[in-house]
Amino acid sequence: MKELEESLGPWVLKYRWLIIVLTLFLVFGAASGGRFLVFKADYRVFFSADNPQLQAFDNLEKTYSHNDNVLFVLSPKDGNVFTRETLKVIETLTEKSWQIPYSTRVDSISNFQHTYAEGDDLIVEDLVSDAGNLSNADLEKIKNIAINEPLLKQRLVSPKGHVTSVSALITLPNIDQTKEVPEVMNHARNLAEEIRVLAPNIDVRVSGMVPMNNAFAESAQGDMQTLVPISFAVMFIMLLFLLKSFSTTFGTILVIFLSIMTGMGLGGYIGFPLTGPSVSSMTIILTVAIANSVHVLTTLLHGMRMGKEKNNAIIETLRINLQPVFLASATTMIGFLTMNFSDVPPFQHLGNFVAMGVVASFILSVTFLPALVSVLPVRVKVQEEESEPAMVKLGDFVVSKQKPLMYGMGALILVLVMFVSKNELNDVFVHYFDETIEFRQDSDYVDKNLTGLYIVDYSLVSSEPGGISAPEYLNEVESFANWYRQQPETRHVNIYTEVIKRLNKNMHGDDKSWMKIPEERNLAAQYLLMYEMSLPYGLDLNNQINIDKSALRMTVSIKTMSSNEILSLEKRAAKWITDNAKHIKEANGSGPTVMFANIGQRNINSMLIGTTLAMVLISAILIIAFRSVKTGLVSMVPNLVPAAMGFGLWGIFVGEVGLGLSVVTTMTLGIVVDDTVHFLSKYLRAKREYGYTAENAVRYAFTHVGRALLTTSIVLVAGFMVLAQSHFALNSGMGLLTAIIITFALLADFFFLPPLLMKLEKK
Amino acid sequence: MKGIILLSGLLAFSGASFAETAEEKGLAIAVEADKRDQGWGDQATISKMILRNSQGAESTREIRGKALEVEGDGDKSLTIFDTPADVKGTAFLSFTHTLDADEQWLYLPALKRVKRISSSNKSGPFMGSEFAYEDISSQEVAKYKYRFIKDDKFNGRDVFVIERIPQYVKSGYTKQITWLDKEMYQPLKIEFYDRKKSLLKTLTQHDYKKHVNKFWRPGRLEMVNHQTGKSTTLIWKSYKFNNGFSSRDFDRNSLKRAR
Repeated sequence: MKELEESLGPWVLKYRWLIIVLTLFLVFGAASGGRFLVFKADYRVFFSADNPQLQAFDNLEKTYSHNDNVLFVLSPKDGNVFTRETLKVIETLTEKSWQIPYSTRVDSISNFQHTYAEGDDLIVEDLVSDAGNLSNADLEKIKNIAINEPLLKQRLVSPKGHVTSVSALITLPNIDQTKEVPEVMNHARNLAEEIRVLAPNIDVRVSGMVPMNNAFAESAQGDMQTLVPISFAVMFIMLLFLLKSFSTTFGTILVIFLSIMTGMGLGGYIGFPLTGPSVSSMTIILTVAIANSVHVLTTLLHGMRMGKEKNNAIIETLRINLQPVFLASATTMIGFLTMNFSDVPPFQHLGNFVAMGVVASFILSVTFLPALVSVLPVRVKVQEEESEPAMVKLGDFVVSKQKPLMYGMGALILVLVMFVSKNELNDVFVHYFDETIEFRQDSDYVDKNLTGLYIVDYSLVSSEPGGISAPEYLNEVESFANWYRQQPETRHVNIYTEVIKRLNKNMHGDDKSWMKIPEERNLAAQYLLMYEMSLPYGLDLNNQINIDKSALRMTVSIKTMSSNEILSLEKRAAKWITDNAKHIKEANGSGPTVMFANIGQRNINSMLIGTTLAMVLISAILIIAFRSVKTGLVSMVPNLVPAAMGFGLWGIFVGEVGLGLSVVTTMTLGIVVDDTVHFLSKYLRAKREYGYTAENAVRYAFTHVGRALLTTSIVLVAGFMVLAQSHFALNSGMGLLTAIIITFALLADFFFLPPLLMKLEKK
Repeated sequence: MKGIILLSGLLAFSGASFAETAEEKGLAIAVEADKRDQGWGDQATISKMILRNSQGAESTREIRGKALEVEGDGDKSLTIFDTPADVKGTAFLSFTHTLDADEQWLYLPALKRVKRISSSNKSGPFMGSEFAYEDISSQEVAKYKYRFIKDDKFNGRDVFVIERIPQYVKSGYTKQITWLDKEMYQPLKIEFYDRKKSLLKTLTQHDYKKHVNKFWRPGRLEMVNHQTGKSTTLIWKSYKFNNGFSSRDFDRNSLKRAR
């Protein structure tokens, strides 16, 4: 190792042009993998292929139909949907929605298949046709039917009749989803705009699953287009300020840029998609990679200011920094690599993108950067011995106040740690997008005024083919639906029993007392057959009855709520089934709502393994590097305490931990360990090489590495604060909490680790 | 050689004035197909439908049919459902019309009543299958506008490829493309295009046999829905002609007797 440290500098200088050319060649080779990077417009990307909730939902969709939809929400300004003008617009929009690419079904109050009896005839027809010529009495009648129809109320029309929607079901071929979703979305947006022009007195909003999928891609794109340039700008300014040298700042920016290109390009070759979380890897590579360059350049510029010749300064900085920069990179890389334990693929992608970027930045910082600096003009003012009066004072302060600091910090840590338990694992996946995102605004509106966007889908399985017509089964399904309707969270229950009850009534001359489940199985089956023969294209029941008629799909729309509330509702429903259902053989809730409700806990469970492994590996590296088990273990205190403090502070002010935060501990571990490595290596050097006392070794560490730690921490906090500005909550929360934890890490390294070291020395 | 080129040039130039248009040619073929299938009088069939979802799960329906040829309008048909058991004995009577809504009645044995289905819909799924009623009801010339596309080969047989546009306003399709066998004048394949003109389903007809020395009938139909991945096989187990049916076998009273 020592040999390598000493020979690296001369080697780099000897082959500098070759290194520069070869590096650019290799980096562009790696970066060309970037052409395979695509934005994934699909919420499913958050679930691994073996996720049980995803599998259950896939099964359900294969049995019935896919249910990604585009929901057009119409709010007439006069507050009444049931006017000739508005109904006419609904008819038009319904008709035009069939033109949306990949649409397979369109539902609205106008094409709702209204059934009634006329003598011995069963009439099945659109609830609204030719709206422009309806009489006032017709309008009143339509309104009455619509807002009392259990299949429409709170699904396609509000109970007050002031908001309505047209829902287009989209069945994507899934051949190239990066194209398909935006294609649907563009068409839907144009259609919405067309309606706005046609009917200026109607507000048109667009929500649903396809817009949500699209929002995932668009928010990731937005992050890339805004946050990445902002981070570059922030870092450029900070580097100029820190290095006080334009050419080395240029070199650093180049190293960062090439690191990002390498990391992202290699990820492209592997086939990682771009998603909200994985796009943030650009900002993270940028932030983390900068520290390597800064360490190399600080020593170099310091040497030159001391009057060293540039090439000698290069040899010197590589000799001193190769090991700590390698250690810091290795630990950071381990932290990010263990994100592969996550159950959520985008976090795995994030971890791997960053790990590759960090490796690139390490190699570039110790080869390309010094080679580049050697050929660039670097001008510095030669100075007298640089003194660090502030750091000297800080060192003295810590030594003299070691006891109060240790107990004070200890108390602060304890208090904060107590609040960790105030955090509740909670995710509201619609809130992954902040209020500036159109999808979020429109969805909030839908939730408030019309229906629930959260959907729990059940496949209620009977005991045999055709079993869905058995009265004992139908009655249980009816009771289950009614139980759900009584739950305060429920907005709407879509279930076939409403159809069969209505048909029973129709077949008895529309006598209301027959609005019930038919008492005989054959009767129910024959009503169903008749009804199916009467339905038009696209409005069949195949989306809620399986092919051998042994199971029904029940779709429950609920209000926007947290994962905990969803899980508890689902549990109550499962209990109802166990307690009451004898003829429903199987009833499992599934769908994106259930999937997202489980993903937080699943991810935390899987990340616990990852975090433990990272801890063990990093401790092992530190023990080997410091050649001391005790120091290695002590170092874990300032490595772990900051995360606990961060989550404690989060518990006091926020109290909700979602998916985005479930990876923060692992991620920060690799980053904050760098500060400890630098502080401890100086502390140990002072003790071992110079025979200093613990107190003096602490002073030595402060004066020699205090400023570097402060500046790298500021850089890191700044970088993650940029990430905190994301409109995608997974990233903004992650960025903010990481920034907090890095700040606590600096506090712990300055004010808790030294007193601890001095205390241990005294024993 | 030069003369031939000149001649073909002349032909191409003047072609438009005397050759029939693609529309005329398409219609002519459809009329010919209709003519060749005229005079079958009546038929009785036994068939089986196998429904498959995108996972390959299957479900079977068995039906018997009677049909009566009607000159100048759609035919009359009576369909009796044998399985599933809970719809056994349900009978469906239909008077097909070319451009108007069909007249349809259903006899429900559980209710012991005949109900008229008043619906202008012909495009919904037939018994939950991938066949719409309009796909299997009688094919009258006036139901479509035609356009000849080209001569082609399909599975080694010579075919006309013809586009046809449904004329019924509530049809589920914007167009169909048929591969019509030149020998049988029967379709080997039909592609169905939905309202947004995307390919929705493909029907292939197999195992053609000539009955009573004149009428070609397929033994098996395969319908695949490309958008949902579901499919349906329709197997015609038997055809019987010259049953001596009259219109009295196709009225509301006959419905109750049918089983």
